[in-house]
Formats: sequence, structure tokens, C-alpha cells
Amino acid sequence: MTSPAKFIGRSVPRLEDRPLLTGQGRFAADIDFPGQWIMRVVRSPVAHGEIKSIDTREALKLPGVHTAWTAADIAHIPPIGFRLTGLKQLEAYRQPVLAQRYVRYVGEPVAVVFADNQYVAEDAADLVEVSIEPREPTLHASADLGVFDHELTSEAGVVEKAYGDVDAAFAAAHAVVALDLSIGRHTGVPLETRGAIARYDAERDVLEMHGAAKVPHWNRDTLAQMLDRATESVQLYEGHVGGGFGIRGELYPEDVLVCAAALAFKRPIKWIEDRREHLIAANHSRQQHHRIRAAIDAQGHILAIDNEFFHDNGAYMRTHAATVPDLAAAMLPGPYRVPAYRAKGHIRLTNKTPCGTYRAPGRYESTFVRERLIDAIADKVGVDKVEIRRRNLLPKNALPYALGLDTLGTHIVYDSGDYTLLLDKALSAASWDELQSDLKKRRAAGELVGAGIAMFVEKSGLGPFDTVRVEIKPDGAIEVVTGVASIGQGVETAIAQICADTLGVDYKTIAVTHGQTDRIARGMGAFASRVTVMCGEATRLAATKLRKEVLRAAAELMQTGVEALDIVDGEIVRTGGPGPSMPLAELARALPHALSAEDTFESSHMVYPYGVHIAVVRVDAETSGIAIERYMMAYDIGKAVNPKLVEGQIAGGFAQGVGGALYEEFLYDDSGEPLSVTFADYLMPTAREIPETSIILSEDAPSPLNPLGLKGAGEGGVNPVGAAIASAIDDALQRPGAVTQLPVTPQRLKRLLAGRRQSSTT
Amino acid sequence: MTEKTPITLTVNGRNYTIAVEPRRTLADAIREDCGLTGTHIGCEHGVCGACTVLVDGEPVRSCLMFAAQADGKQIRTVEGLAKDGELHVMQQAFMDHHGLQCGFCTPGFLMLAVGVLEREPDISDEDLLDVLSSNLCRCTGYQNIVKAVRAAAKEMRGQ
Repeated sequence: MTSPAKFIGRSVPRLEDRPLLTGQGRFAADIDFPGQWIMRVVRSPVAHGEIKSIDTREALKLPGVHTAWTAADIAHIPPIGFRLTGLKQLEAYRQPVLAQRYVRYVGEPVAVVFADNQYVAEDAADLVEVSIEPREPTLHASADLGVFDHELTSEAGVVEKAYGDVDAAFAAAHAVVALDLSIGRHTGVPLETRGAIARYDAERDVLEMHGAAKVPHWNRDTLAQMLDRATESVQLYEGHVGGGFGIRGELYPEDVLVCAAALAFKRPIKWIEDRREHLIAANHSRQQHHRIRAAIDAQGHILAIDNEFFHDNGAYMRTHAATVPDLAAAMLPGPYRVPAYRAKGHIRLTNKTPCGTYRAPGRYESTFVRERLIDAIADKVGVDKVEIRRRNLLPKNALPYALGLDTLGTHIVYDSGDYTLLLDKALSAASWDELQSDLKKRRAAGELVGAGIAMFVEKSGLGPFDTVRVEIKPDGAIEVVTGVASIGQGVETAIAQICADTLGVDYKTIAVTHGQTDRIARGMGAFASRVTVMCGEATRLAATKLRKEVLRAAAELMQTGVEALDIVDGEIVRTGGPGPSMPLAELARALPHALSAEDTFESSHMVYPYGVHIAVVRVDAETSGIAIERYMMAYDIGKAVNPKLVEGQIAGGFAQGVGGALYEEFLYDDSGEPLSVTFADYLMPTAREIPETSIILSEDAPSPLNPLGLKGAGEGGVNPVGAAIASAIDDALQRPGAVTQLPVTPQRLKRLLAGRRQSSTT
Repeated sequence: MTEKTPITLTVNGRNYTIAVEPRRTLADAIREDCGLTGTHIGCEHGVCGACTVLVDGEPVRSCLMFAAQADGKQIRTVEGLAKDGELHVMQQAFMDHHGLQCGFCTPGFLMLAVGVLEREPDISDEDLLDVLSSNLCRCTGYQNIVKAVRAAAKEMRGQ
């Protein structure tokens, strides 16, 4: 980049918007192929049991029904493997593509039918008779161990992480603070349900799967392996994706089934999930129960934390394997100095929907737990919750800070940050002292109002690599090809902004191609807030190479030195002053297919943004409803490529955080029957529940790990919302430590209020 | 149940003569029989509003209406909002205010907002918030949707 940035750092409009606004999007359900069959999954109605028989005869008699499969028909297909944190011992707990001898959750695929259209397919699925002998379900992860099969128990594994001498610290402590805390079961719930359309092209011997998302290359490689095909004979295509949030785009049994069926029947096979299926079959997340203790000195300094927890992973270990409990264990210490730490996370299986990641996986949970603990320490030593944080925060000069723990195959090293500075900014923006006196007055007048605060360190930019190719086509069009994916977050715009500034063109002239496995050999996809960091830097590297190539070629044609030329607004110009110039398109015409450059960014460490949230809530003693009056989020992401899009990420994450804090929860009855199977039971916030928020986008601590200083922005909006709201509810009730469980539903709050009345009369 | 009846749907001013089973939803008919896939299906039980279209000017959940019930009625979908390549004020406002991310819920929100503002241009901010809370979005956190609709409402009143 020779010229100052024209696009990086500016809130330019998105390149993605126009087709989406005019109904021209291509989502999974919008894809059809002539002669396609529709697949419908028959799912277990029982939480735990042994399959006695599956009878498809009646279903097959229905006109328009072609065939049906049970496990016996696909016995050659292995279970889906692990994409991340795949401990060997967990493999025995993988999910078969169709249930074999046992069913282990309501919603588990036991058979599939194939028919001419969706209506007939659904009729046929209803006619499949499945006979199951029920077994006792295991429904509580922290209760006694249950059984997985005749050999294995319900504890699939244990995540252990530690540093320092925890026992010595507890022995020498001035006091110990111990809490018992739970986080409810909720998940991403993108507005577009899952979908997959497979077809086999016999002429090219290529299996295609459309409707891919998030990690197309890993899914391609895995599908090829599972179906015993050469990697390059399987191609995945990402269209528009209606939200990701961790859940969408992982490899699920249904994806494997459409591909296997397309190969077997030589027909395009289409599967589109309905919402009930989505709520019982796509990954759940978050449910965790912590028993946590802190050893402290007389001033409330943390000496050690001992964190034992039970992770309810549902019925099977899916693609994420131990990722969520691993992150929960590793990220719990947060922005504070914790001299000694020990985590023991029990990965427990229950007869509920299997789990995976959901935006800020392991951190929504561990931030809630840690920040509850910090509030409790404040109460124990009698200082306010801001002061206790100041006492324990890592000082600026401690960074970079090696935490002494690993996660996702990397050592955790907080790369840069000034946590106290961001706390000060947030407090000052919230007028914290005035706010306190105002709330005090209102409480004196009988209102139940209070403020809460939560701090956190996020992680982002997971490697190990991303590759980008930038090409100027003979017609002058510029294309960036990458192996990352778009899940609606604005990838194309952000990447085009970086490419535009590096190359010297308008960002609107750049097309970004992503999620197409036949366009680039490898790619890591979109997860862990990695795209702008990893793909952004790979784009800068590739565009820098291409710029050099352009100037070298232009210098030859224009008979001048490379140093005398620059690229400005897509035009090759002389730096010294007036003189003949040449549009990039003209050069591309002169040198067809020569103007292309590829580069890879490799990184073995993640980058660590950090933030502060402040919540003000009002509790209604009559209805037990909670209104969020004000909410403020300060987030330091090093460098915002497009501030408006970053704010959009934060605001969207916040709404999901509110859902998990107050409304959303997958509940089951005593037999393991799911009770949250529609949007009338699983309550996501609407425009009414989400207040206007204020966001401070801070750039005090650019990452030293990439030249633009980028850190990811996807998960800081959601991470501490449960923690901040819990802290505010405590304050409103004037009962420190009152909230021990998320979500704080009206029923739970009513119990808390009853306790409050009791304690005020005794 | 599987016998088909001929009906005519008038969508964005164009007639589609199609044959549908009585149980076929309007959403499926618009998407599959008329080929207009801008109308999205998010829940099929009338909560999320992604499938909202205008039927004789009223916002309707097209997943909860049978196609046969819409026979002969005037239907408007997201494809009909832009005229001659120029975005509708509401579409432009969503772009200007970053009121969409993945874009899946967007057609439903656009049709809901346009339908309500055409009927009630002077709707109060509070009532508008009530109306917008009838659809779900999982990406934006709603603030930018509310800003976009309020901005478009102002402009639509001015015209």
C-alpha cells in the first residue's frame, strides 16, 4: 500500500446486499435440479431405547415414493469424524449416520425415505413404523453416571488443564469463595434451517453437494473419505447462507445421506430441514454446570481458581468433539491475574440432542462463571465490583501474556491489550458514578433497578493458514478467491476493502469468491472469528504480490521504471506528475491470464480481543419480567476494517446473549421428550426485547501478529451478556450472588423474589 | 388430499395459473409453482415471519395460508419492490442502515414494513416497534432494522 487507506477503516456499504434485498439470494432451499428426489428423515420418537424393527412397507406403497433406507442399507458408511479437539477416547461415542441398535435422543435419524416431492415424502415418513423398546434415559450431566451402551458409561472423557500450585494456594488463602452455577441449553438457531442437495455427474465422475456452509473444504475431504472417493471427485458449493453461529455448516448425518443417496440412485437428492427438526436435530450447545472455588487474600486478590464442571454434550460426540469444554476450561481465567489454576471438565453424554459450538463457545459459559465469581469475591471482601476488577486485572505491561494453557492446538498468549484503559472508557461512557447514585435513589423509591458489569477476553483468528488468489481477468474484472466461507457476516465486503487498498482500486470492482471447493485447493472456512484476520492478511499478501507484478509488467509496456508508477483508482499512473496512464483493464487485456497472484498467511497463535459490557436492568416485582434499560459494550479489536459491520456483529451477538440470559432454553420432560420444538416454546428475542445499545469500538491494542493489527469481531457481542445481566439483576435485588443459573426466566426470578421477601422479613 | 385444483395467483401483477393440492401452502406455491424464491420459509408455523407477503395489501404469513385461499387475490412479494432496477425506499434504507446480515429474514421484514406503512403511514414509533416484533431476525439484533424502517417511514411520508 503506497497510498493512504481509502477503504480499510471505513463503513462502506456492503457488496452483498443487493441480491439479498431484491429476492435474488440463492439459499439451499432455492436450489433445484431436474429429476430430483426429496429426502425425508424418519426420527426417533424415543429418547433412549433399543430398535426392535423398522417397517417401511406401507410407506413404499404410497404413489410417488421411490425407496427407503435404514442403517442396514448404509452399513459401509462410518460415523462422522472429529474436526477439532478430537481426542481418541471420544471416538467410541460418535454418531452413526442412521441409528443402528440403539436410539439415544428424540430426533435421531433412524430411516430416510425418498419421494417425488416434500408433501409425499412427509406422508411416507409418517407411515414408517419404528418399534423401539425404551430404556431409562440419562438427562442430567452432573448426576450419577448413566450408560452409553453395555460397556461404556455416560462420561465420554475429562478435560483437564492446570498450572501453578492450586492446593498450596488454597491452603494459604485468607478466604475461599465457592459457587455452584449453571448455564442453560441453547443454540444458534439460524433463520435458515439446514439443507443439502447432492447430485452425481457420471460423465465427470464428480459428486456435488450444494448448500454447503462454514467449512466446505473439511466437509469435502471428510465426505470423500467416508464415501471412499478421491478427494477431487467430491466438490462442495456454498450459496447464500442464512446465518451460521457455529451450528450451521458442520457435517451432519443428513449431509452424508444425500451424498450417499445421489451416488446410489444416480439422482439429485434434496433435503431441507423443517424447524421442528432443526430444534431437535441440529447441534445444541452451552449446557454446563460449574462448581467453582477461588482462593483469595484479604484484599480480594485471586490466589487460585479451581474449576470443576460438567458439560452436557447430549447423545453423541459430533464434529466438535471436546472443543466446547476445552475452550470453557482454557478461557475461564479471562483478563485477570490468576496465579494458579486447575480445571476439570467432565464431558457427559445425556439422552438429548448432541452438542457443538455456538457463538463464543465455552466463553459465554466461562465468562458467566468467572464474572459471578469476581462479583462474589467483591462481596466477600466488601469492595465494589469495579474496584475488585481493578485489583485483579492484568496490567498493560504484563502483555503479551502467556496464560500457561493450550486450546485448539495453540498456546494461549494474550497478544496485546490494555484492560484497565478499556474499563475506564466504558465506565466513563456509562457515567458509572452518576448511574450508581441515580439507581440508589430509584431503589430508595421502591424500584428494583440495578447495574452490572462484566469483562472478558475473546479469542479469534485461528490458523493454521489461509490461502488467497487475486486475479485480474482479461475483461478487467478483479476476483479474490478464498477458501473461507460466508455465513452472512459481510466477508465479501471486508475482504474487498483490504484488497482494494492494497491493489489501488475501488472495492466495488472486486468480486470475492468463497466456499467453492473446485475454485481453490484448500481452505479453512469460517469459524472462531477467523475470517477477517486470516483471510484478510492472506488477501493483503496476495494483493501485494499482484501489485508488484502489475507494476513490473506496466513498467515494461510504458517504458519506465517500476518506482515511477503507482496504481490509483484502477489506473496505472506516473507518480512524478502528469504523463500517459493506463487502466488496469487495458494491461489485463494485453496480458491475458498473466495477472494473478496467490499467497498464504500462516499463524500458529490466535489473537485476543477484549471487552467490557455494562447492563442496567429493571425487575418487575409483579410479573417477574426483566427489562434491559441500558446496555453498553466496549470492545477492542485492534483495527476495524469496516466499523459498521463490526458494530453489526456486536449488536447481533448481544441479542443472542440476551436470549441465553433471559429467554432461550431447550427443556425436556422426565422421559427425555423435548419440550422446545417450535418458536412458540423456544423463545428468541424480538425487536421488543432488545433495547438500543451503545457500542464503543476501541482500537488501542492492534494485534502484533498481523501487519494490519486485526482481531476478530464475531463473538464479543455475545460473550459476557449472561454475566453482565446476572450482575445487574443481583444489584436490582440488592442480593449479591442471587443469580446462579441462566436463563433467568420469570419462573426462576419469581423464586428469587420470593426469597428476597423472606430475607427482608427475617 | 392429493387431487389438484386449478387456481390463479396474481403475483406482482402477473398471473400464474397453477394446479395445487388443497393442502399446498401459499409459501410453497409462490416458491415452487411461481418460481419466486425470494419469499423464504423459516419455521412453517407462523412465528418467524420470514415468509411474509402482502395479500390484497395485508401482510400475511404465507406458510399459514393455503394457496387455494389466495386464488384471485393480489399478492406482492419482495421481487416486486424494486422498479426498473431502482430499489424501493425500504430496500435502500435497509442497505443504508446495515439492516441485514445473512439476508434470510430480510424479505419478510421488508414486506411487513412496506405493508404496514402503506396502510398506516403515520404509525407511531412505539406501534411500529410492536409491528416489527412480529418477525424474527437472528443476525442483526434488530436495532438497525428498526432504524431502517423508521428512516424509510419518514421518506415514505414525505413522498
